[in-house]
Parts: sequence; C-alpha cells; structure tokens
Amino acid sequence: MFIIGERINGMFKDVAKAIKEKDKSIIHDLALKQISCGANALDVNVGPASANPKEAMEWLVKTIKEVTDISLAIDTTKQDVMELGLGLCESKPIINSVNANEEKMKTLFGLAKKYNAAIIGLAMDKAGIPKDSEGRMELAMKMVASCMEYGIDISELYLDAVILPVNVAQPHAKEVLKTIRDSKLLADPSPKTVLGLSNVSQGSSAKHKSLINRTFLAMAIANGLDAAILDVTDRELMDTLITAELLMEKQLYCDSYLDAYRRK
Amino acid sequence: MERLIEKWQDKISEVTLGAKKIIKIGGETGIYFIEGEDKCPNPPRVAMEVWDMEPESWPEVLKSSFGKALKDPGDWAKMCVDKFLADLICLRLASTHPDSKNTSGEEAGKVLEKVMKAISVPLIVIGSSAPEKDNEVMAYCANIAKGQNCLFGIATQANYKTLTAACLSAGHAIISEAPIDINIAKQLNILICDMQFPADKIVIHHATGALGYGLEYTYSIMERTRLAGLSGDKMLSMPMISFAGQESWRTKEAKTGCMDTGILWEIATGSAYLNSGVDILVMNHPKAVEEIKKAINNFTSRGA
Repeated sequence: MFIIGERINGMFKDVAKAIKEKDKSIIHDLALKQISCGANALDVNVGPASANPKEAMEWLVKTIKEVTDISLAIDTTKQDVMELGLGLCESKPIINSVNANEEKMKTLFGLAKKYNAAIIGLAMDKAGIPKDSEGRMELAMKMVASCMEYGIDISELYLDAVILPVNVAQPHAKEVLKTIRDSKLLADPSPKTVLGLSNVSQGSSAKHKSLINRTFLAMAIANGLDAAILDVTDRELMDTLITAELLMEKQLYCDSYLDAYRRK
Repeated sequence: MERLIEKWQDKISEVTLGAKKIIKIGGETGIYFIEGEDKCPNPPRVAMEVWDMEPESWPEVLKSSFGKALKDPGDWAKMCVDKFLADLICLRLASTHPDSKNTSGEEAGKVLEKVMKAISVPLIVIGSSAPEKDNEVMAYCANIAKGQNCLFGIATQANYKTLTAACLSAGHAIISEAPIDINIAKQLNILICDMQFPADKIVIHHATGALGYGLEYTYSIMERTRLAGLSGDKMLSMPMISFAGQESWRTKEAKTGCMDTGILWEIATGSAYLNSGVDILVMNHPKAVEEIKKAINNFTSRGA
C-alpha cells in the first residue's frame, strides 16, 4: 500500500497557523512524524483560506524539504500553484489532482509529462460526482485514454473513485468499492487506485470517525486498493491497514507482523 | 520474442565473515544463475565440516578421505582448506553433547583456538544441538573467538537469547534456524533484531532436508524466502546457509549404498540448494565439495 500522509493541509488549524506565522517547526514535526508512522509520500495543501496560495505552497514545500526528500503530493486546484509546487520537488512528485474535464486533463497530464509526476485522477467532471459505479467508470476510462494520449505510463495514474461522507451520501460507499474493483479491468497494465479516505467520515461524530475510516479502508483493501491519502498518525487505522494487507497476502505472516511491517 | 527480466525492489543483505581472510556472502539483487537477472556480487560459498572429535557415526567412505587428520581438529581444518579448497570451515562441537563426551566449554574453547590458529579462512561454529549445554558452551566460545567475526549457531525460536547476546558482545554473525517454516523464520529474525542485533549479521537456516528426505519442501521455503527478501521483506532479506553434507550422510542410502552413493547424494542435495539461492553450503565429502565448486563456477560463468 502506498501511503500518502494527509496532515500538511491548511484546513487543519495548526498548519494554517504555521503558514500564517511562518512557523517552520510545526511543519517539520508533521513531516517527520508522518514519515515515522509509515507515510511513503506527504500531501501538501495550503488550504482554502490562504491569502497567497503560491507563496504559501512555496514556503510549505521548501520547509518540508529542509527535513526530508520524500515524495510530495501537490494538492491544489490552481494550475499556477500546481506548477510552482511540482517545479520545487526533487523526488518524484504526485499531482493531486486531475479530473475528467477535458481542459483539466489537457493541462495536468501535460504537467505530469513535463515533471515526470504520478497523477491522481478523480472520477468526477463538471457535472460533479456520478452517483453510481458505472458513471465513475466512464470518467475513469476518459482519464485512462487521456493518460495514454499524453504518453504517460498507465501505472502512474492513480484513480480516485471519490468517496463521499457516509452521513450524507450513504449509497456511495459500495459504488466506490465496485469502482476500485472494476478499475483494474480498464487497461493492462492497469491503473492504480487511491482513496482520499478521511472524507468518508467527514461530518460524522468525532467518536466514530476513526472507526469509520478504518472499516472502510479494510473493505477497500479487500477490493484491491493500491494507495490511500489518510491520517497515518492514527495507530488503529494503520494497524487495520497492515492487517488487511496481511489477509490479502501482501505480507508474509509472522507473530510480530505489525512490527515487521513498520520496520520496512 | 522479448525476454522478460524480473526487476526486484530490494536486495539481500551482505554479511561479512572472517578477520584474517574476509569473505562476503549475500548482497544479491536478483536470483542466482539467471542470466541478466543475477546481479550477485558474491558467489555461493562452500564450507567444510570439522568436528571436535572423531565422528564415529560417519561411514567409512567419508572418514577415509581425511585419514589421521580426523583425530586432530586443527590438522583436519587445515587439510580442508589447503587440500580441498574449502572457503570456510564449520566447526561442530559435537563432543560437548551430554549424551556424547559431555566436554566442557573450556575444552571446546581450546579446540576452537587450535582451529583458529590452523586456518585463516572464516569460521562457522555450531554446537551439539543440546539447547542448555549449547548456551553454556557457545557463550564461552563466542568470547574466545572475539574479534574473529565468526558465524555462530544455531539460534532457534525456543533458544536464541543467550547466543544472540554472546554474538552481539563478541561481534559475531548468527545463524537463525526455523523448522522449515517461513513464518517462524521471519518471527525469529524479528526477535533477534529486537535485542539490537544488526540484521546484516544474520544468516537464515531452514532446517535442511536431504534428497528424498524433504528436499523439495526445504527448497520451496528457501526459494520463497529469497523472493520475499528481494520483494522488500526486510526480516527475510538475509543470506541463507544449508547443511547439505550432514543431512545427506544421515540417509540410509548414503550409509548402506555402494561407495559413491553418499557422494552423489551430497552433490544432488547441494546443487539443488544452490538453485534455491543458498549462500553457504556446508559439505562433508571432498569429492562432493569439488563437484559443487565446479557447478558454482559453471553456473556463474555459464560454461564460458
């Protein structure tokens, strides 16, 4: 499982404060903590309230680079912020994200090619998020075709079926699971699959968020999920991830399998 | 037709053995003997077994190769290196077993010193497979050989702490053994590493089975271990050792067959393990050693 740590996001108060006050220590700590908990890459999002997103992205990426050379997922909807972020990365970056809008695909697959970046493709377009798996697959297919058109290795595409909060869009969870399963049939070699996991529990009571996240993660792994953007510091979530992968035979069993995974 | 070359994400750890003459084992980034894939910096090595007493249970055809040297572990070890070109010597402290001569750690230590003086190649030192006695003897011997960077064995899941601590303080590498069980092998390596023992000083032993006595089973576990190690499982990415000689000469075919049967048994068993990815083969008969060394040379140079 390729794990992208979600914590460096301006939607979190501590990160917003760090950006505002240029407090590097908060960002350094978050980067190193997520890596020690098992992150393979770090998501970087300046947050919706940022007054100067370009400046904030540059500061965040440079600040993270002071303590690690891990891959970064540049998470923004703004093209100029995306390109600035990608240009600052030395390790292979990840574009978070493209969707099935023609214009978006043209721009972002072009950037993926230019910066040799992996790319997360959201199964949505101008009309929004389809209500069922068939609609999501149609958009996924568009992105796969576009990926090929731009000469990008299909295994660099991470399809995100887009999970919605269970408290407002309950029927979506099983449609997302079906999309994860079916995405593997779109091409050979197949595109990868990813989830922005925490969205599933957005708005649910704080008491249940972690439980909902880890339950859905186990279900998604059983359906073949390759990657996830999640709260890597949630110990129970990570234990579930490791155990689900063990049951899918991604790791050899031993009595200390949790420790063994974390030694990697 | 395009030939597909497997690319592995990880490598096997490289274990350095010896002090006077240094040998490296492991370090593979692919499977041995597959052209284009076998980026293996260190070829498999052959160790010869030397006992601290004359091995009464050995058949005549095996004993006769060493003559009087069998009575003196130093001479025996020297003969194995000088005459039979052993890469390493494996000293088995068989006499320390309570059911054998029950010799003490001090006596075993004297034999060890003698062997160390006689040869310069790296040394493997193993006990008598009596757990409690081994703990006493091996801890003493590990200290005697301090600084010699030997490979000490054998740690098992039920009995690994004393040996691990002894090897850690004396700077030796360790053999971790599981009963042909890959899950226990992994677990034991974790337990040993939990004692702050460096992972790059562990050599895995999957209790060897000779031809006709579980060879296929051991082979498949060894192959799985190697594939897991190359695929990124850090607790299985260690070099492997196999006691092909000992197991072959235990078979009834080797003991009762015609003169060459045991030798052929040892060659067949050893060459099968070579293909499973073994890094050290511990062998007994000089003729089998010669043939296995030829095979390694032929496989690595592909007959060129």
